[in-house]
Amino acid sequence: MDSSEKSNLHQVKHVVLVLSGKGGVGKSTITTELALALKHAGKKVGILDVDLCGPSIPRMLSVGKPEVHQCDAGWVPVYADPQQQLAIMSIGFLLEDSDEAVIWRGPKKTALIGQFVSDVAWGELDVLLVDTPPGTSDEHLAVLENLRKHRVDGAVLVTTPQAVSTGDVRREITFCKKTAVKILGIVENMSGFVCPHCSECSNIFSKGGGEELAKLTGSVFLGSVPLDPLLTASLEEGQDFLQAFPDSSTYTAISQIANTLLSSLDA
Amino acid sequence: MADVPSDAPEHCPGTSSDQAGKSSACQGCPNQNICASGAAKAPDPAIEEIRQKLTTVKHKILVLSGKGGVGKSTFSAHLSHALASDDSKEVALLDVDICGPSIPKIMGIEGEQVHQSGSGWSPVYVEDNLAVMSIGFLLSSPDDAVIWRGPKKNGMIKQFLRDVDWGEVDYLIVDTPPGTSDEHLSIVQYLSGAGIDGAVIITTPQEVSLQDVRKEIRFCQKVKIPIIGVIENMSGFVCPKCKNTSQIFPPTTGGAQRMCEELNLPLLGSVPLDPRIGRSCDEGKSFLTEVPDSPAAVAYQNIVQKIRDYCSSHTTSDHPF
Repeated sequence: MDSSEKSNLHQVKHVVLVLSGKGGVGKSTITTELALALKHAGKKVGILDVDLCGPSIPRMLSVGKPEVHQCDAGWVPVYADPQQQLAIMSIGFLLEDSDEAVIWRGPKKTALIGQFVSDVAWGELDVLLVDTPPGTSDEHLAVLENLRKHRVDGAVLVTTPQAVSTGDVRREITFCKKTAVKILGIVENMSGFVCPHCSECSNIFSKGGGEELAKLTGSVFLGSVPLDPLLTASLEEGQDFLQAFPDSSTYTAISQIANTLLSSLDA
Repeated sequence: MADVPSDAPEHCPGTSSDQAGKSSACQGCPNQNICASGAAKAPDPAIEEIRQKLTTVKHKILVLSGKGGVGKSTFSAHLSHALASDDSKEVALLDVDICGPSIPKIMGIEGEQVHQSGSGWSPVYVEDNLAVMSIGFLLSSPDDAVIWRGPKKNGMIKQFLRDVDWGEVDYLIVDTPPGTSDEHLSIVQYLSGAGIDGAVIITTPQEVSLQDVRKEIRFCQKVKIPIIGVIENMSGFVCPKCKNTSQIFPPTTGGAQRMCEELNLPLLGSVPLDPRIGRSCDEGKSFLTEVPDSPAAVAYQNIVQKIRDYCSSHTTSDHPF
C-alpha cells in the first residue's frame, strides 16, 4: 500500500493546504485563483477538493461533471485545460445527481479521503493545492494523516476581516500548531468593496482583521483580496478571472499572493 | 444510516445494518455478539430522555445551510433577539457548531462560563428570557481548537440536549455548522422523539452557494424535516454614499427566488448586505436594536414574523417512535 502511495504522489513537489475555521470566507475561491495564477506562471498544478458535503471547485473551474476514468495507477484526475496543466479531483465528479446530498458521518468521509489522497494518478505536479471544508474535524485529520506520509509543505489560511471570522481562524491556527503544520501565510478575503458607481470603498465585513491576526500569531500576511463582483461572477461562470481582468486591482492582489507563496515554497 | 463507530474494524457494516454482527468484517470484533443480538439496533435511549427533557420546549427550529459563511449564526442570533423582544416569550439558542462556535461572540457573551446545577448545566443568559448554550463557553481560551472527529461531536450534542437545564421555553433555535454530516444527523436523530417544527434554510444569491443549499434541502427531505422557508442573505449592497445597489454576490441563476419556485418552497425574505450587521455581530450587539429602521432590520423583522406565524399555526407533532 505504501508503495502505491509513493507512486502516485512522488512526482508532486509541493503540497499546500488551504484552510479556514470559518465557512464561506473564500477557501475555494482562493484555491481556484491561486491555481490559475500558478498555472499562468507556467507551473503544473493540481487541486484536491476534500469538501465532501459542499464541493465548489468543479463549478468554479467550469469542468462540468465529467466521468472519472481509471488507469493502472488509479483514478485519472480531470483536467481544466487542454494543455493538462491544471488537474482536479473532487467528489463532485463522483455524484450522479449534483443536488444529491452526501449525508455521511466521519468514518465514511475519512475512508474516501484516504482513497482520494492515495489513489489519484496526479503524475508530475509542481504544486498540489488541497481545498478543505470549514472546521477542524474528520476531513482535516484524514487529509493530514494520509498526506503526511508523503509531504505537506504547509497551509494557507483564509479569513474575512471581521472578528467573528478571525476568531474561528485563530482556532484553525491552533489546529495547525497541534498537528505541526507550517503556516505559510494568511490571506484576507472580501476586504473592502469599491462601489462601481462612485468608487467609494465600503468595508462591508470590516477591515484589517487578517493582517492583525497575522501579527498576533506571528504568521506571514500574504495579502488582501477585495470584494469584487467581477471575481464572484467569474467564479459563477467558471471563467478564468486572471485572464479576463488583468488590469483590475484584484488581479494584482492575487498574483502577488501567488508569487509570495511560490517563493516561500521554493525557498 | 451511517452508524459506524470510529474504532470499528475496517468494512464494519454499521451497528444498525442487517449485516451487523454477521458480516466477515465482524469476525473478531469485541462487539460482534452485541450487534448480532440486535441490541445495537434499538434506538439510542437518549432520544427518549431528550424527549422527556424537552417537553417544556414548545417550538424547535433548526437554522441550516449547506454553505458556510452565509449568515446562519447571524440569523440565529437575530431571530433569537427578535423573538425575545416579546417579554412574555422564553427563548433558547443552542449552537451546535462544535468546531467554529460564533454565537458567544455575536451575542456578546464571549468568555462566559457554564455553571453546573442539580438539574444540569445552566445556560448563559443574555436577557432574562434569552438563554444561550455553545461549546464556546466550555473552552478555556479563544484560541482553543476543538479537534474532534464525529463521535465526540455527537456526544457533545447529546449532552447539550439532554443535560442543559433549559426550563420552560417557547422557542429553541438551533444554529448548525455548514454541511450535511455528523452534527446534522445527530441533532435530527436526538430530536426525533421531541419533534422539530421545521428548518429555516439560509443562502446567498450566487449559484456557488445555491448548489450546496440544494443538497441541504435534499437532506431535510430525506430525514423528513419540514422546511419553514428559505432566506436569501447578502442580497445586494446599497452604497452608503451614492445609494446605488450593487450585486456583490450576483444571482446568476435567479438566486433564492428561482430556487424556491423550482423546489416549491416559501421564500421568507431577502436581507441586503449592510456593513452595520457585521459590525454589530463583532461587537456582540443586536443589529435590530442598533439600527431598527434600516432596510435590513425591517427585512429581518418581516421574516421573524413569518416564522412566528408558522410556529403558531403548527404544533409540534408528538410522534412517539
